[in-house]
Amino acid sequence: MKEKILEVKNLSVKFGEEEVIKNLSFEVEKGEFLIVLGPNGSGKTTLFKAILGLIPSSGEVIWQRGKIPKISYLPERLSRERFYDLPITINDFFKFKEESEEKISYVLEAVGLEPKEILNKNPVNLSSGQFQRMLIAWSLIKEPEVLFFDEPATGVDIGGEETIYSLLEKFWREKGITIFLITHELNIVYKYATNVLCLSKKGFCCFGKPKEILTPDSLEKIYGAEINFYDYKHD
Amino acid sequence: MIDQFTLSLISGIFIGGVAGYLGSLMITKRMGLVGEPLGHLALPGVGLALAYQFNVFLGALLAIILAEIFILFLQIKTKSPLEALTGLVFTTGVALGFLILPFSDEHQLEEALVGDITKISFFDTILSVVLSVLVFLIIRRIYSKILLFEISEDLAKTEGINVEKYNFIYLSCIAFIVALTVKLVGGLLPVALMVIPSLTAKNIAKNINQYSLGSLIFGMLSAISGILIYNFTKLPAGLMIVISGFLFFLISLFFVNRK
Repeated sequence: MKEKILEVKNLSVKFGEEEVIKNLSFEVEKGEFLIVLGPNGSGKTTLFKAILGLIPSSGEVIWQRGKIPKISYLPERLSRERFYDLPITINDFFKFKEESEEKISYVLEAVGLEPKEILNKNPVNLSSGQFQRMLIAWSLIKEPEVLFFDEPATGVDIGGEETIYSLLEKFWREKGITIFLITHELNIVYKYATNVLCLSKKGFCCFGKPKEILTPDSLEKIYGAEINFYDYKHD
Repeated sequence: MIDQFTLSLISGIFIGGVAGYLGSLMITKRMGLVGEPLGHLALPGVGLALAYQFNVFLGALLAIILAEIFILFLQIKTKSPLEALTGLVFTTGVALGFLILPFSDEHQLEEALVGDITKISFFDTILSVVLSVLVFLIIRRIYSKILLFEISEDLAKTEGINVEKYNFIYLSCIAFIVALTVKLVGGLLPVALMVIPSLTAKNIAKNINQYSLGSLIFGMLSAISGILIYNFTKLPAGLMIVISGFLFFLISLFFVNRK
């Protein structure tokens, strides 16, 4: 039997009067690739933040043996432009993690970047795909046990997107880490997810293996009319 | 005994350096102008210190801390925006300051408004050096954490950085440094010492180290040049420090580092 790494019980998050997440419960096993799916405004990012304790919530978030594991979180919309007016190099950005030069070069190479070429550059000078890969390297450098990625391929072109997800899968397989991933891409869900948690604006939610729970009917419940824009065919 | 010129130079170098260093963090947090109202808030304290003959630094520091506490209290009480409340408190501070400031004594008035480092006492020099070094060491410890918080609050929090704690330390450092800079450039100009050296360093720096150390060095250089100019021309040192800083900034424009 696999070990349970996280148990979420009756999690609710309120912004003022509005209850964005209502009584959500689910369990995650160690080494799972869990994808959180849902339209904009359904509370995906809020769920991440509540699990990570970044925003107030009610209910329970119980980590394995009551100990918070080594977590790395890549928030949504961490843009290159944020670095534009800072005299900061990629080397400086990695120094926040207090790791050795060798380790920095090692993770950069692991995500397919050339350390010598980029370390002294400002992050704004990377392409969007390189930037996201650099962020992935940044989140991996301390060898986390659990990764939270909020739409890591936003703003990356289609070829680059594929690279980013296959990179994630590679680390997931090699390191046996547990991944929580938010994405809009249904094809990614079918390809990589061991489990999927879907949220909708109307409070509908589902949890389980993608091929079992993502039926045309449930997809319509999650996305409403929007589903026309998504390709939910799978083998 | 060390002569007056050396005393002013020593205190100028230390205060100028640490103000520049702290300023480099302030402009990345887009808080470059915060020093300005704080400096003005110091005015009533400076006025009282001059009127009752106690230490100007102490007067400035007390006035700033009291005003900061008052602003926070007003924010909790009224829930109005912090910057607007700062506007309320600092303009009142200026008004009170001008009531208390000794207008009859032209020299004391100048000291309060644009500073006078050239008559600094031995005790104040030691105080400036010790406080500058202390604040420098504290800022160096929290620098990267505050910076990461600036890039992304969520990233900083998941890295286990206690944001509230570091912000409190950071704001206290600002209060101390503003109180120190009042001695150097008076209650009207402290922001110059924080913003100008860091903008200059930012023009030429390629990384964070060059930027933060560059801000420190340009802060020191501005203080040295200002005091030297005073020595030859007798023009007010505080004003000359600001103007030298500006000249360094102009020169740095020729070396702007393109990303």
